[in-house]
Amino acid sequence: MRCARSNRVNDHGSGIEGEQVNDTATNYVTEDGRTIGGVIMEMKNITLRFGGVVAIKDASFDIHEGEIRAIIGPNGAGKSSMLNVINGFYHPQEGEVWFRGEKRPSMKPYEIAEQGIARTFQNIALFHGMTTIENVMTGRQLMMKKNFFWQMLRVGPALDEEVEHRRKCEEIIDFLEIQAIRKTPVGSLPYGLQKRVELARALAMEPKLLLLDEPMAGMNVEEKEDMSRFILDVNEQYGTTIALIEHDMSVVMDLADRVVVLDYGKMLADGTPDEVQKNQAVIDAYLGVEH
Amino acid sequence: MLESSMGGDGLQSIPALLRRNAKAIANAPAYREKELGIWQSWTWSEAEKEITDLALGFADLGVGPGDYMAIIGRNRPYLYWSMIAAQMVGATPVPLYQDAVAEEMTYVLSHCGARFVVAGDQEQVDKVLEIQSELESFEHMIYLDSRGMRKYDHTRLHAYADVQAKGRAASDQAKAKLDNGISALTYDTTCVMLYTSGTTGRPKGVVLSNRNIIETAKSSSEFDKLGANEEVLAYLPMAWVGDFIFSMGQAPWTGFCVNCPESAQTMATDLREIGPSYYFAPPRVFESQLTTVMIRMEDAGRFKKALFDYFMAHAGKFGSAILDGKQVGIWDRIKYSVGEMLIYGPLKNTLGFSNVRVGYTAGEAIGPEIFDFYRSLGINLKQLYGQTEASVFITQQPDGEVQSDTVGVPSPSVEVKIGDNGEVYYRSPGTFVEYYKNPESTAETKDPEGWVATGDAGFFEESTGHLRIIDRAKDVGKLADGSMFAPKYVENKLKFYPRILEAVLFGAGKDRCVAFINIDLNAVGNWAERNNIAYSSYQELASHPKVLTAIKTHVEEVNRSVAQDTMLSGCQIHRFLVLHKELDADDGELTRTRKVRRKIIGEKFEDLVTALYDGSKSVYTETEVTYEDGGKGKITATLEICDVPVATGSTTMAAE
Repeated sequence: MRCARSNRVNDHGSGIEGEQVNDTATNYVTEDGRTIGGVIMEMKNITLRFGGVVAIKDASFDIHEGEIRAIIGPNGAGKSSMLNVINGFYHPQEGEVWFRGEKRPSMKPYEIAEQGIARTFQNIALFHGMTTIENVMTGRQLMMKKNFFWQMLRVGPALDEEVEHRRKCEEIIDFLEIQAIRKTPVGSLPYGLQKRVELARALAMEPKLLLLDEPMAGMNVEEKEDMSRFILDVNEQYGTTIALIEHDMSVVMDLADRVVVLDYGKMLADGTPDEVQKNQAVIDAYLGVEH
Repeated sequence: MLESSMGGDGLQSIPALLRRNAKAIANAPAYREKELGIWQSWTWSEAEKEITDLALGFADLGVGPGDYMAIIGRNRPYLYWSMIAAQMVGATPVPLYQDAVAEEMTYVLSHCGARFVVAGDQEQVDKVLEIQSELESFEHMIYLDSRGMRKYDHTRLHAYADVQAKGRAASDQAKAKLDNGISALTYDTTCVMLYTSGTTGRPKGVVLSNRNIIETAKSSSEFDKLGANEEVLAYLPMAWVGDFIFSMGQAPWTGFCVNCPESAQTMATDLREIGPSYYFAPPRVFESQLTTVMIRMEDAGRFKKALFDYFMAHAGKFGSAILDGKQVGIWDRIKYSVGEMLIYGPLKNTLGFSNVRVGYTAGEAIGPEIFDFYRSLGINLKQLYGQTEASVFITQQPDGEVQSDTVGVPSPSVEVKIGDNGEVYYRSPGTFVEYYKNPESTAETKDPEGWVATGDAGFFEESTGHLRIIDRAKDVGKLADGSMFAPKYVENKLKFYPRILEAVLFGAGKDRCVAFINIDLNAVGNWAERNNIAYSSYQELASHPKVLTAIKTHVEEVNRSVAQDTMLSGCQIHRFLVLHKELDADDGELTRTRKVRRKIIGEKFEDLVTALYDGSKSVYTETEVTYEDGGKGKITATLEICDVPVATGSTTMAAE
């Protein structure tokens, strides 16, 4: 999996020896030689409460453009809440969210989606009665400019628009290799494929920042390998910044450029997979023993 | 209709045929491929332009006469074009099996000394890059799909589009040179080199000339009256001679269109959308399709199921006769048409066979029930017998003379004779030139008069004049008591049961026969589900006592049927076991065309064979397996061995 990327580059001689990640620098070069851009999103001292329960406590971290950022932690650590803060579903009581250099005011989730943030869900949230292509097309709903009446007529500009969006969706279907299920209702698909359809729908939005909530949950090894491959490919081909939550440590350690560790809403550590793995607080809280 | 002017008129190569088509039927579709969900098509004149540009690009890259160019990837128009473009510049295309692992490719690529490789996608590129240090003559690689390729070192790598763009900008001088090159191609120029899958030993490079391919395409097209309006789906491996004859021989010769599926997984949908009129599939494909149909019918409502059973029984009685134009009563014909409307028609449509005018199966024996099922639906499914060395066709069944246990009469302009040892020999214009860099094997197989030994034992049926193949000549042996041992004959009988995927019989030189059996996960899994048998893996299912009992019943039935044949009654199975893993080409147990490698299996599972003979009740074994990515692992299992009663009655008769 990590092998997937680093070997691929190193084998063919174009690998550049990476520097250590430096959190204060805006640009950095990863171990496998990709140059990561400046900060795209910054979370500053986020605190989120539900009544008396503190889900997130004073957490601060940033996401750089083009990197794969993982958020890990035991159950109830506040990972999904964090993702929900990023995509605007929850509004933190304290702290600021900065996106592309601007402080983000309180927004509705769809307004945030328009800004270029897409996500997948921990429990698949597809339209079960609709086919794969229809589900993926819903990902482009926000970009369709023609109004309802034009779309009903299916002529002229509305048709041109639809054709253009369909082409984009078909490219994504091709990219994720789900052509065979293009016209299958997603409700009848196996779990691993539904996850892939969900990823396709998120990609259809052409996001700047893609949030993946446990993309590998419930998958077998082969499906996980496929999904890892696709995540790497998305990152490489489209240059999409990815923030993901995942429980499978080997996946996280292989995929992520940097990792944030949460426990009971508090940040335990932030750094490269190697650094995080060696952090004593993380080991104690979560990983148990070092392997 | 294309004028079928012969070789003398300059139509002595595939590029020449392409140019003829680009003039004569310029606007007819030549290639189609589904891309982004839409069928894209190229007419003959468009295809000719694309291919010429590509050839000029190849020339610019340094491809020239005498070079070998390996082609690796799934069936795509661009790869067929690459083959024709290679021929245009005088190079020889060498298509490879795309699912071959890197080490297998090493042998073929270094044996033919390929300087150039055209790879379909990143996966294939990676495989070649992995072994490039072992390939002395390898210089440049061209890839089609640019996905994931951005960061690769591009000193020796080239995008297909870039190569073609360079060709498009080529000078007039280069174009003139290309034209000269094309007119220099003759019947004796090598058309293609195909590596045999090799049931024994190393693959051999079969050199086929333009004469072989074009003459064969011509006579076989005439045999089945193929015209420019046929539709074929090119989905079988490009490295296989059959696909080459259909898509690169018959298609340019008759001018029909080659359709390439979107991906391997979309095959079924694409088949339905194209509705081919000329279709080829190995028995395995028909088998698994029938299994799927039957499994799905089990899930159908009671009324539908009853309707299906009723009309299928009727089709079983009269379907083949109606297809062959024999006399059938008017009432039965009417009933058949009702069935066509209610059952056969919709079923054929679902399978994508509505338009099939000529269907072929070959490569292995097909079960009579399977064969009859398709024929009874009104699909003109026939058998042919062929091999790479013959440019496919040796014998084939003419319309109206179809049987499930013969392979038909000699194809047009093919001579067939049976040797003293029962081996089948043939001679034809399609007979291969030589095995590349292997004069000994060439001499062993092909005699100075041009007769080629097939390696198969067979005989002509006196009543019909059709050829019947018994087995591989070298597999036919003797048991310890001297009676005949023909493993394939018994294995085929076993394989005709849907639950048995593969069987391997042992017994040469021994006093009795024993067998390995592979279950069909699809069929057995479905049956297990219906009978509340829980299982978590292939291995667990394969060793389930109920599965063993079911398989045992099949083996007993086979034994009874084998006992009927006085010559072969010694081949009854005394003991068998169900293997804990599926036989796989990646582990070297099958060839890439999925033929059993008897000797290798015997050696690899020696402990199991011993256990079958020494009377033990069960055996513990460890087996190394290769994963798709080339990694290795080990599985362990304790296998139970089943004893099967044999019918003794006729053995004594045979001995007398």
